[in-house]
Amino acid sequence: MKFDLTILMYIIPSVIMFCCGVYGFITRKNMIAILISLELMLNAVDINFVVFNRYLFPGQMEGMMFSLFAIAIAAGETALAIAIVINVYRVVKNVDIRELTKMKF
Amino acid sequence: MIFSNILIYFVVIPILVLGCLFATKNIKQVRTVVVIGASALMVLALYLVYSFLQQRGAGNASEMLFRYDAVWFKPLNIHFALGVDGISVVLILLSAFIVFGGVFASWRMDPLPKEFFLWFFLLSTGVFGFFISIDMFTMVMFYEVALIPMYLLIGVWGSGNKRYAAMKLTLMLMGGSAFLMLGVIGIYFHSSADPNNLTMNILTIAQNNAIPHSWQYFLFPMTFVGFGVLGAMFPFHTWSPDGHAAAPTAVSMLHAGVLMKLGGYGCFRIAIFLMPFAAQQLNWIFLILTGISVVYGALSACVQTDLKYINAYSSVSHCGMVLFALLMLTNTAVTGAVLQMLSHGLMTALFFALIGMIYGRTHTRDIRKMGGMMNIMPYLSVCFVIAGLASLGLPGLSGFVAEMNIFVGSFMHPDLFHRILTIVGTTSIVITAVYILRMVGKLLLGQVQDKHHLTLTDANWYERLSTLTLIVGIVTIGFFPSFFVEIIKNSLSFVKALVM
Amino acid sequence: MNLNYTIAVLILPFLTFVFLGLVGVKMKKKAAGIVGVCSMGVTAFIAFAAAFTYFFGTDQGQVIDGVRQQLQVFDYTWMQFTKNLVIKIGVLLDPISAMMLIVITTVSFMVHLYSLGYMDGEKGFQRYYAFLSLFTLAMLGLVVASNIFQMYIFWELVGISSYLLIGFYYTTPAAVAAAKKAFIVTRFADLGFLIGILILSYYTQTFDFITLTSNPGAVISSAGGATFLGCSAMAWAMTLIFIGGAGKSAMFPLHIWLPDAMEGPTPVSALIHAATMVVAGVYLVARLFPIYCLEQGTMTIITVIGAFTAFYAAAVACTQSDIKRVLAFSTISQIAFMMTSLGVASQMLDNGVGYMASMFHLFTHAMFKSLLFLCAGAIIHSVHSNEMTAMGGLRKYMPICNWAFLFGCLAISGIPPFSGFFSKDEILVAAYAKSPLWGIWLAVVAGMTAFYMFRLYYKIFWWNNPDYGDHKPHEAPWTMTLPLIILGLLALCAGMIPFGKYVNLARTVEYESGINWMVAGSSVLIALIGIGLATKLYLKENPKPDRMAEKTPGLWTAAYRRFYMDEFYQYITHHVIFAHVSTPIAWFDRHIIDGTMNMLARVTHSTSYSIRRFQSGNIQSYVWIYLIGALALATIVMLCVI
Repeated sequence: MKFDLTILMYIIPSVIMFCCGVYGFITRKNMIAILISLELMLNAVDINFVVFNRYLFPGQMEGMMFSLFAIAIAAGETALAIAIVINVYRVVKNVDIRELTKMKF
Repeated sequence: MIFSNILIYFVVIPILVLGCLFATKNIKQVRTVVVIGASALMVLALYLVYSFLQQRGAGNASEMLFRYDAVWFKPLNIHFALGVDGISVVLILLSAFIVFGGVFASWRMDPLPKEFFLWFFLLSTGVFGFFISIDMFTMVMFYEVALIPMYLLIGVWGSGNKRYAAMKLTLMLMGGSAFLMLGVIGIYFHSSADPNNLTMNILTIAQNNAIPHSWQYFLFPMTFVGFGVLGAMFPFHTWSPDGHAAAPTAVSMLHAGVLMKLGGYGCFRIAIFLMPFAAQQLNWIFLILTGISVVYGALSACVQTDLKYINAYSSVSHCGMVLFALLMLTNTAVTGAVLQMLSHGLMTALFFALIGMIYGRTHTRDIRKMGGMMNIMPYLSVCFVIAGLASLGLPGLSGFVAEMNIFVGSFMHPDLFHRILTIVGTTSIVITAVYILRMVGKLLLGQVQDKHHLTLTDANWYERLSTLTLIVGIVTIGFFPSFFVEIIKNSLSFVKALVM
Repeated sequence: MNLNYTIAVLILPFLTFVFLGLVGVKMKKKAAGIVGVCSMGVTAFIAFAAAFTYFFGTDQGQVIDGVRQQLQVFDYTWMQFTKNLVIKIGVLLDPISAMMLIVITTVSFMVHLYSLGYMDGEKGFQRYYAFLSLFTLAMLGLVVASNIFQMYIFWELVGISSYLLIGFYYTTPAAVAAAKKAFIVTRFADLGFLIGILILSYYTQTFDFITLTSNPGAVISSAGGATFLGCSAMAWAMTLIFIGGAGKSAMFPLHIWLPDAMEGPTPVSALIHAATMVVAGVYLVARLFPIYCLEQGTMTIITVIGAFTAFYAAAVACTQSDIKRVLAFSTISQIAFMMTSLGVASQMLDNGVGYMASMFHLFTHAMFKSLLFLCAGAIIHSVHSNEMTAMGGLRKYMPICNWAFLFGCLAISGIPPFSGFFSKDEILVAAYAKSPLWGIWLAVVAGMTAFYMFRLYYKIFWWNNPDYGDHKPHEAPWTMTLPLIILGLLALCAGMIPFGKYVNLARTVEYESGINWMVAGSSVLIALIGIGLATKLYLKENPKPDRMAEKTPGLWTAAYRRFYMDEFYQYITHHVIFAHVSTPIAWFDRHIIDGTMNMLARVTHSTSYSIRRFQSGNIQSYVWIYLIGALALATIVMLCVI
């Protein structure tokens, strides 16, 4: 049976992924979980970039390039964030953002 | 060339002192720098008086002398304009005296002497800058420069409820400057009939006399209240007792002695000078308010128990007198107002200096807990009595000549309402006597209340120097008022045009 | 002497004051005292020379057409208010100021000399002499003032030197309180004086005495028809100026400070609170007398207040037990005599005898009252108490003092040939001329005067013979007794001076006056009755006085407590002004005005606090709000597009 991949089939999961990311970003209290949620959102966007490129401008590569950039930046950002989280953990022995109010006010 | 003008040095010297203070390493160097700076200012101020009189003597009768004018910001036609008339000259002299006295009064400032003097001289820069400018923009700028250091000086070096006091003082004065800013901008936009030729220069504005009457009704109260807050006008005076009570000695001196004069001077220079019409039409409102200040401040002082509160309320009363006399708009009354600024500046600075010195020894300012100081520290007590007598208007000291000029001048007003208000104002001489004698009686006379006070020492050399400077000023004004009247005489020509 | 040098009487005491004030502490006590006495001696000499040149000289325009001129012999512009209103420091010589120069310098010199002995060994001896010089300067400046504002200036200086001297023993709470009270009460009166000056100068445009008094009609008419609360402006001005005088001269109801002022050293009481400062009010009225003459309403006020005060003070004096207090009330009463005398005087009645009598009484009173005070000082010095109960039979121990005091008592009672007889007689003549009511009134008070003075005398020098133990009273040193002798002789002879020839209302050289034997005889009779009564009651110790006091408890206690005037003032100042004006104002300031400011701050604060939630710093909630916002916006846009 011929199974035709429509654009919707890419977009629906990516929307679900994005929504999960947003939900996680807003509700999680653990910094690592927030980071993961962020990653989820970024990846959802990456998928969108690639898909829209493929369907709308088949001959061009800009979308792909953007995705690659985004992946690279996300990697750097994650590394930095993880470093911060680890350092915070070392100092306060905690990664719950509700507890980390020392630098507030 | 700007540096050929003597006036600029009143700003340059404090700034130089600031620079040198950054480089100092220990308390000795700090003291050397500030003493040199304060003495230089004093000499400069005396020289200014001398050369001012010489120019006047040579027949130079123009409104402002030592004029300097440079464009600063072309698009808005803002200038850096300097110039002094007799009133500014005497107030500059007063400031120099008080800065000099203040430096010695805070000889043993602890902690952070260097930083203290940094802010102290920044404040002085603002004060002197304010008196020498004749451009509203620079005036307001220097005004703010003088206000801001107050916050830190009280907040860091103060005593008692200092955070509250510093906050209150700064916020109330800033609130005043908000009104003021509105007024100044309003004046700017009506400074000239030609909208392409707007100016901030006070003399030009006064000459153009282009502010529409309807606008004056709005702008006069704005500027008058704006400066009136600093002049402790009822009901905007409450920063004064708290602020003075919390401030360190030299700051109280400078603040009550000079900064409150900025208010009076500003009311006169901007509100009344530029908007004579509204000054005549609306003065009854402010006369009532300042009349209340005079009596109300004095009555409040009668029941206070903290020395600094007594003196702060007394300042409310005396400064109320300054504004009261300015609003009377007669020649003699305005002369009296200027003399009262000088007199109040010197004697209140002396009071605060002495209170600081006594507080530094007894660690209390509650008059109920002290007594018999005359036995323990005769020198300081005698100075205190002199300050008190000046305050209650003893002939031969400064208060008397100022008050008499004010009363006689105000009573010459042709309107019955003004004369009746003057009579209300005169009652303050009795109430002043009551609280001054109460304070002197409780603090200096009688038996020593606390055995620990018996071991206290009398004044040191620097304290003597500080108080003597101020007493010399008080006595000079008291004995030779004509000298000061002579200096300010030519600056009052506009008053004649106002009355009747 | 060239009268232009009269200014030296102001310069010398001023220099002495500055000198002793600045370097006195470093000097030996004796040296400071001698400097003070010598300076005062020279001042007195100059003052006498000036006065004699004025009265007897002819070469400097003193007399023109048989009228003594008012000579302005020194003039210096001190401060200029306007073109016309100028404060000058000047010296005006006319009969009354020349007479006052003599009175002040005589008494002051006596007191300076006396204090060498009396204040010996006191702490602050140098300060004492500095203040005495200041007072002398101020008092002399007051009397020679050429304009009303100069008078006001020195008036204030007199007040402050009085304050300083009453509070000389500043460690004693009573002295401090008394000094404060004296200053504040007189300051309150000065307020009236100041307002009076303001009104007067507003209409007349001058402060100058000569201009004011040479044409009093113009002064009155200068106000036009101006009235205030139903009275003419000039009546207000003159009454207010009189209030100033009443304060200094301790007229009822402003007299309360004077009895308390006795807390000061006794020589000070003699100088300031008996002879000189307290007559300043009388002098002020006399100075402006031509204007007062035209304000009959004010004159009536002066007469009534004077007469009432004379009686009131005499009544109180009959019951006091502190010898200085008796003398103080007697002073109030005598000054009230002078005031009444001015009040009833006018040019029409007997050639202005009231004016002349008032000045005459001022002159003689200064001599015998300072004598009495200095005697009291000598007694206190040897007995170490002010209370009469601690004294008695002192005539044996202190003969000189006894005789001097007796002379003083006879003089004040008006027994011929002592000085008080002549002056009091003139006052009674003036009072009868105005109306028999005042004549009889004053005669009764004169009788009371004789009674209480002799009560005092007998209680001190006779009465009983208490046991003084080892510490026998003794005669004072010569520096103290010499002034007593001199003043005693003056009290005896001063009345013989043909005073009216020198001082009279029209300032004429020729003046007809003589003793009215009708009046004189009756007044002497009344005085003798008073003395007799006192002799009967107080010569020897007996229980009669106490029994009399017991029989009239209400009256006696009321008089002893000075008819509760002090309590009344205490109530007004503390319970009305302090408790119900000042304290509420302070409260209002702290809570209402400050409260408003604090409320503004609090409102700002709470508003910020409530909107602070939007700036929580919590990125998750930012995202949440952002998301909702973005979705809402997108929905709106979509809806609009569709």
